[in-house]
Amino acid sequence: MPENADLDAFRAETREWLEANCPPEMREPVRDEDDVYWGGRNASFKNDAQKAWFEACRDKGYTVPAWPKEYGGAGLSPAEAKVLRQEMAAINARPPLSSFGIWMLGPALLHFGTEEQKRHFLNQIARGEIRWCQGYSEPGSGSDLVSLQTFGEDKGDHWVVNGQKIWTSYADNADWIFCLVRTDKDDKYRGITFMLFDMASEGVSTKPIKLISGNSPFCETFFDDVKVPKSYGEGIPAQVGEVNRGWDVAKYLLGHEREMISGADGGERTSAIGAAMKRIAGELDPVLRAELAMFDVDALAYACMGEKFLDEIKVGKAHPAQPNMMKYAGTELNKRRYELMMAAGGSQALEWDSEETGGGKTARGWLRTKANSIEGGTSEVMLNVISKRILELPGA
Amino acid sequence: MPLYHDDDQAMLADSASQFMREEGAIAKQLRHWRDKDCKDGFGHELWKQFGEMGFTGILVGEDDGGLGMGHVEAGIVLEEIGRNLTPSPFLASSVLAATALQHGGDEVRGRYLPGLISGDSVFAVAIDEGAKHRPETIRTKAEKSGNGFKLSGRKDFVVHGASADMIVVAARTSGSDDDKDGITLFAVPKDAANMSHDAVRLVDSSMATHTTFDGVELDGDAVIGEVDGGREILDKVLVAGRVGSAAEGIGVARGAMDMTVDYLKQRKQFGKLIGEFQALQHRAAHLYSEVEIARAAVIKAAQLLDGGSDKADLMASVAKAKVAAAAGLAVREGVQMHGGIGMTDEYDIGLYMKRDRALQEFLGDRYYHAGRVAEMSGY
Repeated sequence: MPENADLDAFRAETREWLEANCPPEMREPVRDEDDVYWGGRNASFKNDAQKAWFEACRDKGYTVPAWPKEYGGAGLSPAEAKVLRQEMAAINARPPLSSFGIWMLGPALLHFGTEEQKRHFLNQIARGEIRWCQGYSEPGSGSDLVSLQTFGEDKGDHWVVNGQKIWTSYADNADWIFCLVRTDKDDKYRGITFMLFDMASEGVSTKPIKLISGNSPFCETFFDDVKVPKSYGEGIPAQVGEVNRGWDVAKYLLGHEREMISGADGGERTSAIGAAMKRIAGELDPVLRAELAMFDVDALAYACMGEKFLDEIKVGKAHPAQPNMMKYAGTELNKRRYELMMAAGGSQALEWDSEETGGGKTARGWLRTKANSIEGGTSEVMLNVISKRILELPGA
Repeated sequence: MPLYHDDDQAMLADSASQFMREEGAIAKQLRHWRDKDCKDGFGHELWKQFGEMGFTGILVGEDDGGLGMGHVEAGIVLEEIGRNLTPSPFLASSVLAATALQHGGDEVRGRYLPGLISGDSVFAVAIDEGAKHRPETIRTKAEKSGNGFKLSGRKDFVVHGASADMIVVAARTSGSDDDKDGITLFAVPKDAANMSHDAVRLVDSSMATHTTFDGVELDGDAVIGEVDGGREILDKVLVAGRVGSAAEGIGVARGAMDMTVDYLKQRKQFGKLIGEFQALQHRAAHLYSEVEIARAAVIKAAQLLDGGSDKADLMASVAKAKVAAAAGLAVREGVQMHGGIGMTDEYDIGLYMKRDRALQEFLGDRYYHAGRVAEMSGY
């Protein structure tokens, strides 16, 4: 079929391009957070290879390969994007750029944004110029997110925002925030606006939260009379979607967040962990080996589901609530993976800051995974959504 | 290749679904033959209809008169079989035996494939020796005798063994019991002398045999493939059968799950539909998630097998083990959530539990396949 011939040609081309442009150092597993470039005003590259890889991808549109070219992407079809993903996985290529802009704000803008908003913000995201953070949860609004209280008072050509967000990932390193702000206190669902504003605005402050892992990837974010202009130029309103209709955007985005946390990457990178655990443990207790085998069955099957889900989502075949299932299964699996890594690692995995353990990488990672089934909607909320929207159970 | 059914496959799924729902329905087939104490465990009329639909020869190449389709397509038919608990020799005949026979010479193919494709004949495969699936060890012996062979030994869990016109037998022609090499596959006619079938009814009302070979004389042309070269064919038969039985298993799982979710929407207790209780909602949602994941593994394994990938064997074991877990959960939760009525013979949910149990054992259970995944992954 000609379609396949085109894809084969694209695959050959992609392989050649990756060979020429992906430095060997960028084909090593990601070990630390700064092994991946996050972009932003204050970003710096860890090394020349990271810079070269990022710039090559940026210029080719491969930081966001499936986005249209006019917004900084490469305009790849779903089939081409899958080929690129497979070829990158085959050489173990690191992502050239990671950001909440790519995963979350981007999809929201593509769906809800005005043409000018897309051109303005998406290109910045694709080029890694602005690092975004997400202002959703509040101290009193976790699973019950829609009860959020951060308020934006309408002052004509601007809002004045007051309130507090929590669990704002990397807020202390972010340039801009996409933030859920209540703009009508009388309407719970239709009284929220999805606002974009500069974290350098006067009245914004952040405070990192130290987690059980000892790390501080999340912040408390405070807004104290923050002035947010209603427009950033012709056709570029400060909100995505309409004023007071931000909950629609938020719900749409939560789907993407759940997809991201689910770890669904098309499955190309998933392989059994048992052999690595055996190297770590020396000899595997037969019962641990059995548990590892059961885990690997589940993980390899889940990787198939990831591939199926991504294939289906591209052509609109996936159930709209399916990301909730992916998030539930993927995060529970990841927690199990780290439990087994701790078991295989024995007393060495307990070490908190030794050089041999890379500063307690396994222990801290194990603790970090406990957040997977809490952030972006708890497992319990995911099960509620599956019950209600997929199984259509009554009164759920 | 995207991991969902293309348009042709979706059409096949529609026709298979309609056919099994109408012709292969539980009341019309499984209960009907079970309550008649049918010694074959399935209806030959239905099997003929399978032939008319083209299902029987789905995996047989077009040159041999079949449809020349792949394991994704066979899996589509099997999923509908599973969903309706339709008793038929499809898995034994059209997947396992058809895979074996296609490796035979012109003589073997010409003699057996027309009957297999038309549905006039039924084929069984004899692999297991003992109560657990351990195809690594084969003790049944075929010794050179004149121009042919003399077969002795015993095979167990020969599904449809009593009603089959021919049985594909894996026997040892050289080496010792645990050797990988030295296996030969034979096409053994049902009426061969010195062969006895001890037919047993299984928990799911299907029929299997303990088949004993006491010096069964076979012609040289009963050999499928090469003498001592049967392991390679056997491995292909096994991987095809595992993917196929996983596909049937996912049909069983989905059938049981759908029935149970429907029940949650109908049954009232404490003045409420029981589906309103979060304790049951979360379990149903978890089940849904497990079944969806298992189904993805089945389709992936079938695609890899059709594409000739060297990962097909690993993924077949992943699929078999994952389906066993998911389908097991589906039938256990199914019976539990149905409450007392789930324990009655009148209600179908228990039939799903029984069929799942039989499929779990067929060609290796969850523990066997998880162990294989570990071995193939280097631990």
